[in-house]
Amino acid sequence: MYGKGILKGLSVTWKRFWSTYTEDIAWMLRGKKRYFNEDGVKARAGKDTRGIFTVQYPEEKLITPEEFRYVPFLVYDEGAEGKKEIRCTSCGICAKVCPPQCIWIVRTNDPNTGRPVPAPANFFIDADICMNCGFCAEYCPFDAIKMDHDFEIASYGRNVFNLEKLLKPASYYAGIRPHNAAREDEARRAKEAAKAAKAGAGAA
Amino acid sequence: MATPLQTQTVDLAARFPGAVAADTRPGYSGFIVEKDRLVETATAVRDEFGYDLLTAVIGVDYLPENKMEVVYHAYKTTGGPGLVFKVQVPRVDPVEVPSLIDVYPGADLQEREAWDLFGIKFTGHPDLRRILMWEGFEGHPLRKDWKEPFYEEDAKPFKSRWPEGRHVSAEEKNPFKDNVNYPKNFDPEKWVPEGEALLYGSLARYTLKQDDDLGTDRIVVNMGPQHPSTHGVFRAAITLDGETIVGLKPVVGYLHRNHEKIGERNTFLQNMPYTDRLDYFNSMSNNFGYALAVEKLMNIPVAERADYIRIIMAELSRIQNHLIFIGMLLNDLGAMYTPALYAFEERELILDIFEAVAGSRMMCNYFRFGGVVRDVPEDAMQKIKDLVFERLPGKTDEMDRLLSENEVLLSRLKGIHVIDGETAIRYSMTGPVLRAAGVPYDIRRADPYSVYDRFDFDVAVRQNGDLFDNYMIRLDEIRQSLRIVQQAVKQIPQGPINSQKPQYQVRVPAGEAYGRIESPKGELAFYVVSNGKPNPWRYHVRPASFVNITALEQICLGTKIADFVALLGVLDIVMGELDR
Repeated sequence: MYGKGILKGLSVTWKRFWSTYTEDIAWMLRGKKRYFNEDGVKARAGKDTRGIFTVQYPEEKLITPEEFRYVPFLVYDEGAEGKKEIRCTSCGICAKVCPPQCIWIVRTNDPNTGRPVPAPANFFIDADICMNCGFCAEYCPFDAIKMDHDFEIASYGRNVFNLEKLLKPASYYAGIRPHNAAREDEARRAKEAAKAAKAGAGAA
Repeated sequence: MATPLQTQTVDLAARFPGAVAADTRPGYSGFIVEKDRLVETATAVRDEFGYDLLTAVIGVDYLPENKMEVVYHAYKTTGGPGLVFKVQVPRVDPVEVPSLIDVYPGADLQEREAWDLFGIKFTGHPDLRRILMWEGFEGHPLRKDWKEPFYEEDAKPFKSRWPEGRHVSAEEKNPFKDNVNYPKNFDPEKWVPEGEALLYGSLARYTLKQDDDLGTDRIVVNMGPQHPSTHGVFRAAITLDGETIVGLKPVVGYLHRNHEKIGERNTFLQNMPYTDRLDYFNSMSNNFGYALAVEKLMNIPVAERADYIRIIMAELSRIQNHLIFIGMLLNDLGAMYTPALYAFEERELILDIFEAVAGSRMMCNYFRFGGVVRDVPEDAMQKIKDLVFERLPGKTDEMDRLLSENEVLLSRLKGIHVIDGETAIRYSMTGPVLRAAGVPYDIRRADPYSVYDRFDFDVAVRQNGDLFDNYMIRLDEIRQSLRIVQQAVKQIPQGPINSQKPQYQVRVPAGEAYGRIESPKGELAFYVVSNGKPNPWRYHVRPASFVNITALEQICLGTKIADFVALLGVLDIVMGELDR
């Protein structure tokens, strides 16, 4: 029969059309909100998702997974009296590995000796060039540069971030990447303990 | 498991004593053929030895040795390793190499590319125009002594970033209008672009002799570069006789960014995220091909768990690519948006997995030499299982129900011939289009890489080679890919995800390597030459989209202009990969 295939196809669209309503009603009957809350967004990205699939950005946002990466930032530890202890030693590995070469590091020199000091005097990331590949964070030996989750950086001008703009506390990092931060802290503590033990053994 | 090394099965040197010699440079393989006997040798390679598929024509500029080289990779469509033969010519203009277009018509666009980027003149080529750069462009950009206007240093990392570290924007250094190299004595006011004349000149050979008195005019229609059906900035200059296509020339290069020159400035590792930008639907596949090539060159094994993860990701990528293909094909045919958006829904779920695993939905940058970046998180693995066991099989069937029997669609697709198997092979076509024409050539089976030999799956083949078969084969392939992922998630072993220590600068011994994979669009290959330095000496991408459009004219001749949209649609081109 001519038209059978069309009807068969239409049955699919018909079913999907009604499922947009049945889903909403089912959520309503369960007394849950399907839109504008995290549960709803999660369910819409789940394996059983049916019905309306879209996420109403910016009122709703997709849940970013831990590994999500966007323009990097520099991590500092909060020292005594709010002192920012920058982890970066200006070793330059991130600048060297960066594929589009968007990282510029100004090194600090000791005013007395003129030798380089392991701390950046300034640090530029040209976010207009950055391709968000994550190499800098991946290969940084000091866990000093990490990829951010904040993707809303649109602006009217150029996005050249300097040291001041790039610095974010370690607590922020632990907030967006809890598993990674915990694992790295553990590794660092183990390393320091081993170093201390070695130093102790050397002294004895 | 280590990637199997290419073994030489044919002794070409014995067949042509004096004209052919084995390539004895350390790290190199294949044969070096005398320039004058290239056509003869290639004919023998095709007819006597049975290497019917010429996949790659690659120019290499060996500036220190003052030589230019053209590398040919030929394969058998029945499977097995390839045959590599090369021609070396002195690096003195005009650099001339005989064209192989009569032996392998598929060399057409690739020879034009080598002419464009290296200035290697292929004598006997009927239409040797620039292809990626515009006519009137000064120089041949992939030559080692050519420097781009934004030239900073020969190789990254640049000293200005570290230790100097003073930020300067590129536009300050190279203000607008100073950022283009013009030929000497060039006056833009007086310049007449010669490219269009050449293009239409090459179409002019389709003038028809009028036997009767009824004279009809041919008209030239330019489809694109801004056209919704051309999947990006693709342009086809088409000569029409009424509604029938009688001549067609693809015009590409609008998205050209000289990916390969960028690649030669980069270090080996830095190229990995750049490969994401080739076929931006399938960054996992692109990573895969490049990782294979460099691993072959470094001669390192891949961690077993990583091999499985790679295959899971590559196959998921294939599934979403084919879903999008179906959606977009239907868009082209006028079934606006419903199939496309249904496809996008499943694709979103797959991209969510990529995001959780790699950190980005499309620019995954997930592979490293020897393995992958990080293990698949537990919840992502669970989601992969949920999708491939529960959701996607049903959704594939739903797509099938929605479209495959639709009478309107059938009348649009059935019986519109795309290409037959023999012609497809001659034109170096690979991928689903070749398989829809009845040639069961799939690199995952024909020349297995990674751990594909451990999975039970069928090579999807369709016999008619019409548009409908090209559509159906995508559904078949989705089902086969689901089978592979289902087996892979069951078999995946525990263990490390990289056989190497993470290092930002890899040591790559001198030599050449050709890594190829079956990407969703066909054969995707990377040809990498190292001279032991941190940057590749030559980095070549052999994209499936680019080589597949070599046959576009052959495919479209004699069909109606309205079908051009569908015929181009089934080739599944992506301009990011085509133009590089």
